[in-house]
Amino acid sequence: MSQEILLEDMQCVYQKPATLTDDYMHYCPGCGHAVAHKILMEVVQEMGIQEDIVGVAPVGCSVFAYNYMNIDMQEAAHGRASAAATGIKRVLPEKYVFAYQGDGDLAAIGTAETIHTINRGENILIVFINNGIYGMTGGQMAPTSLLGQKTSTSPYGRDVEHNGYPLKITDLIAHLPGAYYVTRQAVHTPNTVRKFKKAIKNAFEFQKLKKGTCFIEVVSNCPSGWKMTPKETLAYIEEKMLPEYPLGDLKVPTQNNN
Amino acid sequence: MIKGTVLINSENCKGCELCIVACPQESLSLSQKINLRGYRYVELSQDNCTGCTNCAIVCPDSAITVYRQSKQNYKKAV
Repeated sequence: MSQEILLEDMQCVYQKPATLTDDYMHYCPGCGHAVAHKILMEVVQEMGIQEDIVGVAPVGCSVFAYNYMNIDMQEAAHGRASAAATGIKRVLPEKYVFAYQGDGDLAAIGTAETIHTINRGENILIVFINNGIYGMTGGQMAPTSLLGQKTSTSPYGRDVEHNGYPLKITDLIAHLPGAYYVTRQAVHTPNTVRKFKKAIKNAFEFQKLKKGTCFIEVVSNCPSGWKMTPKETLAYIEEKMLPEYPLGDLKVPTQNNN
Repeated sequence: MIKGTVLINSENCKGCELCIVACPQESLSLSQKINLRGYRYVELSQDNCTGCTNCAIVCPDSAITVYRQSKQNYKKAV
């Protein structure tokens, strides 16, 4: 049976969201960034807010996010995406604003901006992609790299004496009163991707309430930086990343009585 | 069982195999052919797809479109 005949009595149940451009993504095969882009844009399409949303792209692998997301985008200086998003949200308070950042951007060079943005309780969404490595510059150690993880700047594995502990910035900011919704999700299996989509939807709904910052950490992979095949990264996430960065909501609105 | 099928944009596929791991029916496999960019791409190798959309959800390059038999057609066939 040819596929055309088969398709006649079938309906399309899943396709590429129209809010993603047709550009070929530059990401490595199996990269979690691309999944995160796709899910973000799916939510934008489902909520019908394509014209009412402004995104801020970071420096890092996802620096070209504005080429793929068919919405208004702004590029920020390294680590300053949340600061740029603050300005955009204050000038255009009725728009949905999100900052999309990686771990080198948000947890290393942009720690101060991130913490102060959330401490001020700006009504933006910050999407934080945590893959525990600097993927763009050649696999150097990030603040979120795991203990014992081999990177190009820690060839014998990260050790506490020289490099300290992995920075759990999501746990840190969950304590700030300005944070309204803080959660940690992943994108390595179909179920976790579905939960991530739900979290983004919640975050955009909460942004309407103007009660504080929403923060979503996404535990992701980096096949090139970790020197693994995409299949092997799935096992690595399950065995190594998730015990260090357990999934789940760290702060939900019902608990802090806002 | 409700039947489904997938259309794969072989030029966008980078052959990361995440969809092969995600497929509960094991209907997908890597092709022996390569696309213009030099990647071996994924193809539907068995006719047992149920249209669960798992493969398309984890596909980083949005290369998979999923079709599923509607419930009315399914009842007619049964």
